[in-house]
Amino acid sequence: MTHDSTDNAPAIEVENLCKRYGSMTAIEGVNLRVGRGEVVGFLGPNGAGKSTTMRIIAGLMAATSGIARINGIPVAWRPEAAKRHLGYMPENNPLPEDLRVTEYLRWRAKLKGVPWRKVTARVDAVMEACDLVRKTRRRLIGTLSKGFRQRVGIADAILGDPDVVILDEPTIGLDPHQILGIRRLIRELRGKMAVLISSHILPEIEQVCDRVIIINQGRIVASGTADSLRREFIPDSSISLEAGIGIEALNNALLPWEPRVRVADKGDAGEGYRHYVITLPEDSHLASGLLQRIWPVCAGRVRELHSLRPSLEDIFIAATRRSWEIVAADGTTPPNHPVNQGNR
Amino acid sequence: MRTLRILFLHELKSLAIAAPTYIASALFLALMGFLYWQALREATELPLDYTPVQGWFKWFPPALIVVVPLLTMRSFAEERRMGTLGALFSTPVHPVQVVYAKFAAIYVMYLVMCALALLFPCMAWWYLNDLYGDPRLLSLPSLLGGYSFVAVSGALYLAVGMLASSLTRSMLVAAMLTFCALFLVILFGWLLQQIPPGVDSWEARVQQYADYLHTYQHLGLFLRGIVDTRTIFLFGTGAMLALGLTSLTIQSKA
Repeated sequence: MTHDSTDNAPAIEVENLCKRYGSMTAIEGVNLRVGRGEVVGFLGPNGAGKSTTMRIIAGLMAATSGIARINGIPVAWRPEAAKRHLGYMPENNPLPEDLRVTEYLRWRAKLKGVPWRKVTARVDAVMEACDLVRKTRRRLIGTLSKGFRQRVGIADAILGDPDVVILDEPTIGLDPHQILGIRRLIRELRGKMAVLISSHILPEIEQVCDRVIIINQGRIVASGTADSLRREFIPDSSISLEAGIGIEALNNALLPWEPRVRVADKGDAGEGYRHYVITLPEDSHLASGLLQRIWPVCAGRVRELHSLRPSLEDIFIAATRRSWEIVAADGTTPPNHPVNQGNR
Repeated sequence: MRTLRILFLHELKSLAIAAPTYIASALFLALMGFLYWQALREATELPLDYTPVQGWFKWFPPALIVVVPLLTMRSFAEERRMGTLGALFSTPVHPVQVVYAKFAAIYVMYLVMCALALLFPCMAWWYLNDLYGDPRLLSLPSLLGGYSFVAVSGALYLAVGMLASSLTRSMLVAAMLTFCALFLVILFGWLLQQIPPGVDSWEARVQQYADYLHTYQHLGLFLRGIVDTRTIFLFGTGAMLALGLTSLTIQSKA
């Protein structure tokens, strides 16, 4: 796949993308880059602008302003050339009901420019990769379960051996076994194709993606690896403790050492133990000596002590909350927004 | 060209396995068979100055008003409802290629359907020629001229049907839109002709345009074996315009 591409250009490059529907702004000033062979997760709440951005990158929708490039090729100006490098699985994965799986994939392979003599081999390869070979090969697409339909959609996206694959909610409606299969498949694509994947299942994204981009209210609010985002949005470290000690005694043991420490009582853990979450500031040095401080006070009655690593979900919530707070500070928050409803 | 061929073959196959195609064909053939039988009966009972085939071909345009919507209603409305049109445009195809491939496939189906209808006069001639030996039973110039007209005018009718299909997600609405549009296209010339003729006045000029837009005026020429290039131009440009508008519509609504 070397049609007209610029060799050093990133796989996906988006600059100042903006899409307006009348007075409503769907996305504004969106900038993102996905390097070749990189797997990037694209997160955001419902209506944040994920699908709009993906549809513009895929050339299915025109942007109001800004530019999207695939392998250096501007999608709006040279859509056919750009789409030769692209495999796209849209949200809800629309498929023709009255075609058999092989018929459909063969047709799509030909449309995507796979040479006639290689069509059969290529279709067989993607069906094997997506575990479609055994039962589903000759079945009508209309009779397939949701999971198998998703696999057909993913098989179609990687069929033309593209440089860029965009998957909009590929794991929606799949059971845990099928999600494992899709996860394995995406891992196999790493290094071969650039993958931009949106999903609501955040642990899924954390496990398969090299980097995460978070969009909220049509703007990119965070971008980076999970660790860098953790440091940026949740700098404090949290520790889980199960000990046979009261909260007052615990506070008395810790506060003299670090006045900024916060202890939250999470309730009874049974057998006279209580569960606490201790939050330490980013620059605190208490974490390494925590056990030494607690041990004498509780007379050795410590059952569990481990660091709580913020999940991607926590980062997502922190990032979106921060963007809402910034908008609220500007005085431009919509009236029905959670910030104004006091449910945060 | 490769893409166009791939899309065309796919569309042809889709039409071949779609129930509306067979419903449209069965309805059309039953209707045209009945109308040919009526034309034959009329020719045996009344002294006519036209052949049964010429009389029969005059029923083609009204029959097509019913059949064309059935052939075209699925073309874009169904794909838009399912969302498969968007998936198609994620591949390196141009909307114009999609429109022309779909049009070509439906047009081939339409020509085959009309060619099958021509079997009625051929069968009548085959069985009745020995009995009556009347050369008017199978007037070849009328038959070929009539078929040519059906082929030329069908291009416009199908293009109008596809435009209607691209405007909505509902096949039913698409069929109704096509029916109304074709009703107007076919009757518009006739309605204009109802304006009384005048000399050196605007009515005369309207009469001139009415003659040009009148479907049956063109059909009459073709049935006499005259292939008028103005007819081909009228229906050809009309079809191109409708297909162009279809292409713009699907680009904006995919």
